[in-house]
Amino acid sequence: MDRPAAMTRTRLAASILLTWLLGGCTDLQSAISPAGEQAGQLFSLLQLMTWVCGIIYALVLVFLGWTIVRVWKRASADEAPLVDPADRGLSRSMLVWGALIVGGLTLLITASFLTDRHLASLPSKEVLRVRVTGHQWWWRIAYRDPATGRWIETANELHLPSGRTTRVELGSSDVIHSFWVPNVAGKLDVIPGRANSLDLTPHRIGWFRGQCAEFCGAQHAHMAFDVKVESPADFTRWLAAQARAAAPSTDPVSARGAAIVTKGACAMCHAVRGTPAAGRPGPDLTHVGSRRSIAAGTLTMSRGALQGWIANPKALKPGTTMPAVPLDGADANAVAAYLESLK
Amino acid sequence: MIALPTPRDAVQRRARLEQTWADPKGVWGFLTTVDHKRIAARYIVTVIALMFLAGMLALHMRLQLAFPDLKILGPQMYNESFSLHGSTMLFLVSVPVMEAMAIWLVPLMLGQRGMAYPRLAAFSYWLYLGGVTMLWIPHILGITPDLGWFEYPPLSGPGYSPGHRADIWAQMITFTEVAALAASVNIVATIIKLRPPGMTLARMPLFLWAMLVASLMTIFALPAVMLVTSMLISDRLVSTHFFAPAGGGDVLLFQHLFWFFGHPEVYIIFVPAVGFVTAIIETFSRRTIFGHTALVLSVLSIGVLAFGLWVHHMFAVGLPRLGNAFYTAASMAIALPAGLQIFCWIATLWSGRPRFATPLLWVVGFILTFVIGGLSGIMTASAPLDLQLTDTYFIVAHFHYVLVGGAMFPLIGALCYWYPKATGRMMSERWGIIAFALIFGGFNLGFFPMHILGLEGMPRRIYTYSPGMGWGPLNLIATIGSATSIVGGLVLVANAWISRKHGTPAGANPWGGSTLEWWASSPPPTYNYEYTPVVESIAPLWTAKDGLPVMTGAGVERREVVVTSAIDAVPLYRQKGASPSIWPLVAGIAVTAMFVGSIFTPWAVVWGVVPIGAALTGWFWPQRPRARTGPLARRAV
Repeated sequence: MDRPAAMTRTRLAASILLTWLLGGCTDLQSAISPAGEQAGQLFSLLQLMTWVCGIIYALVLVFLGWTIVRVWKRASADEAPLVDPADRGLSRSMLVWGALIVGGLTLLITASFLTDRHLASLPSKEVLRVRVTGHQWWWRIAYRDPATGRWIETANELHLPSGRTTRVELGSSDVIHSFWVPNVAGKLDVIPGRANSLDLTPHRIGWFRGQCAEFCGAQHAHMAFDVKVESPADFTRWLAAQARAAAPSTDPVSARGAAIVTKGACAMCHAVRGTPAAGRPGPDLTHVGSRRSIAAGTLTMSRGALQGWIANPKALKPGTTMPAVPLDGADANAVAAYLESLK
Repeated sequence: MIALPTPRDAVQRRARLEQTWADPKGVWGFLTTVDHKRIAARYIVTVIALMFLAGMLALHMRLQLAFPDLKILGPQMYNESFSLHGSTMLFLVSVPVMEAMAIWLVPLMLGQRGMAYPRLAAFSYWLYLGGVTMLWIPHILGITPDLGWFEYPPLSGPGYSPGHRADIWAQMITFTEVAALAASVNIVATIIKLRPPGMTLARMPLFLWAMLVASLMTIFALPAVMLVTSMLISDRLVSTHFFAPAGGGDVLLFQHLFWFFGHPEVYIIFVPAVGFVTAIIETFSRRTIFGHTALVLSVLSIGVLAFGLWVHHMFAVGLPRLGNAFYTAASMAIALPAGLQIFCWIATLWSGRPRFATPLLWVVGFILTFVIGGLSGIMTASAPLDLQLTDTYFIVAHFHYVLVGGAMFPLIGALCYWYPKATGRMMSERWGIIAFALIFGGFNLGFFPMHILGLEGMPRRIYTYSPGMGWGPLNLIATIGSATSIVGGLVLVANAWISRKHGTPAGANPWGGSTLEWWASSPPPTYNYEYTPVVESIAPLWTAKDGLPVMTGAGVERREVVVTSAIDAVPLYRQKGASPSIWPLVAGIAVTAMFVGSIFTPWAVVWGVVPIGAALTGWFWPQRPRARTGPLARRAV
């Protein structure tokens, strides 16, 4: 067998293995693929710590390995045990080892403190305020409409202007949750009875994902949200679109769906601005069709997903508070068409 | 000058001692025994059974996570599994098994015939068994706690957790901790007052220091968790508002109290492991431990520091940054004593005359894994960085490295090390190495990838994930690794089981150990030692060339232990030890009934006092003559 071919094959196998291991990793929700100022700072701190800790671990390995090699030959010696032998050299080495640990710790404590201070003192002029409320198991998100000053609601999808600091004001309507968008910043708990706020300064445009990080009950696993970082101009356009009331339905199928949603059981829990539906317990649906996913990141948005979700939410997300809505095929289709049209 | 006994006298004397210390025959003896060795063996058998059950839960969870979107376990079952796994491993396995090792070893290492409070030891086991049944029988009945091993309110409060799942968890904790307190008090008293003549504090083996510190830490830490679970259950049962924000309560109070216990708990589990590792390294290096004083000081400083860093479990709750910076520094500072310990152990091997056998293999495995856990602990100690790490799989990896690598590996090493002493037989070395390879390899394969999963954003306690997240491959590897280490665990237990009958006979001191327990025959007789040994150095069996000097005077006609002074171990008097009694079991049942009843009605606490009071009255009914001071003479055998 010729060598280069074998080498190529090995390299190919290695790269396939690596792709399988890490390539699946989509960077959508990752602390080691920072897309924001805060996450970037923390990633640098992580790298420093990994280096320092790696060196310490290597030293321990060398000492242990050397020891085993050194004493292996003596292992069969059948002499009497030593009681309190003189260890002058080892005692001195211990002091050096202690000094090394103290030095390393001082470095890391200082670095940690400086990072923390830097994060706390990031310029906070012109911050954009966003209210995020944790619910079992979804996120209510509210922006202030710059035109009218009113709060406008959406759910499970956070839009952030790139290059600007957004201050997320966290609240909980029930139990403790934790708000975490690892690509942009570290997490912060969402605690009933406490006001926490977290600054996010993203600088890479794209889609990311956040997820609840504090166990909050049966569907803790399905309490995610999409994060879109976009240019300030795109963000302004998006916000203006969100501020508008729902457009009236034009085609007959959607209109039938609108009637069911806004006059039926859905309106008990959901709001569609510009219609009689004004329920508060569930997510605002005014522009649900513009969102990327439904049910807090459980399903990708599509008409089929909407139909499936409405027909039997507990099959997709056992424990959810959303009840199954008994609709015949035509009505289910109409409702899904209407919701999808709410762009 | 007292004459040496003739061989015939010696045989008669041993027979008399056997008669004095023997348990009644049959079931009655099983129920009434106060023999510390039997009690500890029970603890260990119970713990191994629980480890198997909790390990099966872990395997089930790993299967569910092996691929994205699996439906092997639904959310409810998954949440029950990790809650039961965590609660069992932390409250019913890790802490009790360390107490069990102490209850078994401490009297032997002290050259004593029993614990300071033999009946209390029996009571603590029965109560612990009550805690075990309180968690696992409801599991069989389908009312398993499902809110994690921490059960934060308001999720665990009356509003969000109706039913009895959270009550079962809260009361199980409270009374398992009563058992742990009873055991700890007993261990502290035994180490302080029952040391053999001559074993001054300066000559006390590190194992005893470790058990002393761990027990003192238990005494200081556990009341916090008993308080917090009692507050939780009173919120649930009698509508107090400790943790209800709407009623003026504070949910963070729970977290502070829980972690004021929860963090020292980690060291309560780790510090005994320091004792195991030191004992094993010393024996197999065939030299006294390097840096004995440094090790004692490091254990003491860990015991103190451990109480000053609980807030590092709460960096993400949004506390003031300056306070967090303090807890960062305090948490990282603990790396200094831990790092010095690692140095002392390797240095002992370096300058010793090592003999390689399975127990030492486990210690090497311990160093390799525990140091990773310690270093990832330094990372999570950083308040800002922790915001990316906490509640992710990075933490799952971190604490398994610390608790399995840092405490379970030394524990397994200790079980292999003292196995010949307990059974009189050697375990198979070959199967010991196979078990080590499977457990060590499987563990690292299973848990190292979790560091990366955490950094890739995988949160803890999720029962499933979608394929789009890209977490599949590493999760599959983690599952394969965990399954491998469970197979290794079965090999280990099978090896121990088979060697019990078929191992080569061990003799009193198969490893050439230096501490007193190797002076007793293997397995030790009911009375442990015929004479009380006198200790003249830190390694008594290595320095006493012509046999260990002993002290006579401890009685043979009744159960007696020798009480010495706390610091210099000067003999003071002979204390009559307790005889077998059914009352610890009766008291244990009465307390269990009270706790189980309290789940259903708060009045159980009131009426439960009556049977407990009756049991304690029976227990303490005066019948013993006072302690005697008598001739205590020293001589050579």
